[in-house]
Amino acid sequence: MWIEVGIAAIKALVVILMVLSLAGVLGWVERKGSALIQDRVGANRASIFGVAAAGLVNTLMADPLKFLTKEDIIPARADRLLHTLAPCVNLFPVIVAFAALPIGDVLTIGGRVITLQAIPLNVGILYVLAMLSLGVYGVVLGGWASNDRFSLLGGIRGSAQMISYEIGMGLSVVAMVMTFGTLDLQAMVRAQGHLIGGWLPAWGILYQPLGFLIFLCCGIAESKRVPFDMPEGESELIAGYFTEYSGMKYLMFFMTDFAEVAVIAGLVTTLFFGGWQVPFLMSGGFHFPGGATLLLPQLLVVLLQVAAFMVKVLFFCWLQVLVRWTLPRLRYDQLMWFGWKGLLPLSLANVLATATIVLAIGAPV
Amino acid sequence: MLVGLGVLALLMILSLAGVVVVGGIDVASLNAGHVVFALLASLMILSALGVILNRSPIRSALSLVVTLFLLAVTFVSLNAYVVAMLQVIVYAGAIMVLFLFVIMLLNLQEDRPAMARAGVRGAAAVVGSLFLLAAAHFVAHPLGGTQAAAALPAGFGSIEQLAENLFTRSLLAFEVTSILLLVAIVGAVVLAKRKLE
Repeated sequence: MWIEVGIAAIKALVVILMVLSLAGVLGWVERKGSALIQDRVGANRASIFGVAAAGLVNTLMADPLKFLTKEDIIPARADRLLHTLAPCVNLFPVIVAFAALPIGDVLTIGGRVITLQAIPLNVGILYVLAMLSLGVYGVVLGGWASNDRFSLLGGIRGSAQMISYEIGMGLSVVAMVMTFGTLDLQAMVRAQGHLIGGWLPAWGILYQPLGFLIFLCCGIAESKRVPFDMPEGESELIAGYFTEYSGMKYLMFFMTDFAEVAVIAGLVTTLFFGGWQVPFLMSGGFHFPGGATLLLPQLLVVLLQVAAFMVKVLFFCWLQVLVRWTLPRLRYDQLMWFGWKGLLPLSLANVLATATIVLAIGAPV
Repeated sequence: MLVGLGVLALLMILSLAGVVVVGGIDVASLNAGHVVFALLASLMILSALGVILNRSPIRSALSLVVTLFLLAVTFVSLNAYVVAMLQVIVYAGAIMVLFLFVIMLLNLQEDRPAMARAGVRGAAAVVGSLFLLAAAHFVAHPLGGTQAAAALPAGFGSIEQLAENLFTRSLLAFEVTSILLLVAIVGAVVLAKRKLE
């Protein structure tokens, strides 16, 4: 029994460390990426004995230290308890949402089968959606507890936006669930290991291309980044719901942003791009379409799967950074129009079409 | 802090006593599941008290969110995963956000003296005691009858089973509910649009 508890604890620790380090690295990727796109050098100031490590020292050491040592200011008439609680409430659901994503198939050590998924839940996708829907409280609380008009307006904007785009996101997931006939994320990824016609990996995007686009748009809107960064606005709302935050709490809001990017990337990977699947890699090794095989030990296969998951997640993180520094932002009415009159009918049509096809010719897997 | 922990411990002992007395379970056969239930129940009672005792409407609403979330955790401990997740998505994640919105937008001041009026107090007392009576009745005569914990049937709490029940046994209720919701939406739009014209 204690071994099981230990394994669960290790899995939980791995997930927390993975999300937090991804969030940190994404901070660096964002700075360097924006510099690349804007033809600048980027974060390169702080260094230790002349070693700047391409800005890593700046982003991962100097800035966190600076945030940690800054004064923590709570506005005079703010709600002290809720003001402190808001960044925690904001960060917590995003980290635990990642726990339901499978990062590999099963690992067998000494006859013990370990699923490489922190929470092996048969309603995994519902769990992720539930946790993401709790993320709105951090925004609402941060906006309200600061006792500041900019914060309140930012908080209301942010929560209205998150609620609006959750619907489109949920509906695109519904179409995906109908395609695979399961709510279990691990089962979804396993289903994507099939080969269509013996050579084409049956990744979700082949069945749900429209669903993928809707999901990605809603995901970016959920993380409140450009082009959907309405809760913030330097000229009108300052930093929106986290205007009145400083020091570590401010950093927590920032980390939530990056953790959300990582979770969205993980979800897109899991639902639409085969999760930990490597094309032609079965449990025993590579089986290529021509008939050629390359047998590999189990540990190497698992490592390849975890690596494939990480590479895909990093790719979609990078895609989101690219989007953020390429597109101009929407206006607030455009944002609402896009969510309610654009994505919502589109995702409903997608659900209807998927249901019709599944009913007529059966689910593909 | 210490007072809070003391109250929590007291509530836990009370809920364990309730498990023993009402559930008819031997003190010797209490297990970790019962303790978890007692902890969840006590926390839920505390946060439910927070809903009615807090003076600030926002804090009341947040206590309600905590209560609903703990209820979802209780569902998880009862192996009802789908219901637990839907509880979080629908109640904690959507409905309570609207509550908070309304409170924030109306800018309710702390401690509105609605309860000061005799009529409101009388009505609250009547409704409250009716609810207490109903609760006491169902504790004394549970719907399924008291029975020893049996092994869970296969597929218990799964979405397949839920869907099957929903679309066979409860189909009429399901459809009526959806029509009711549609009527509510149309009504809300009509009420909201009337002022614009």
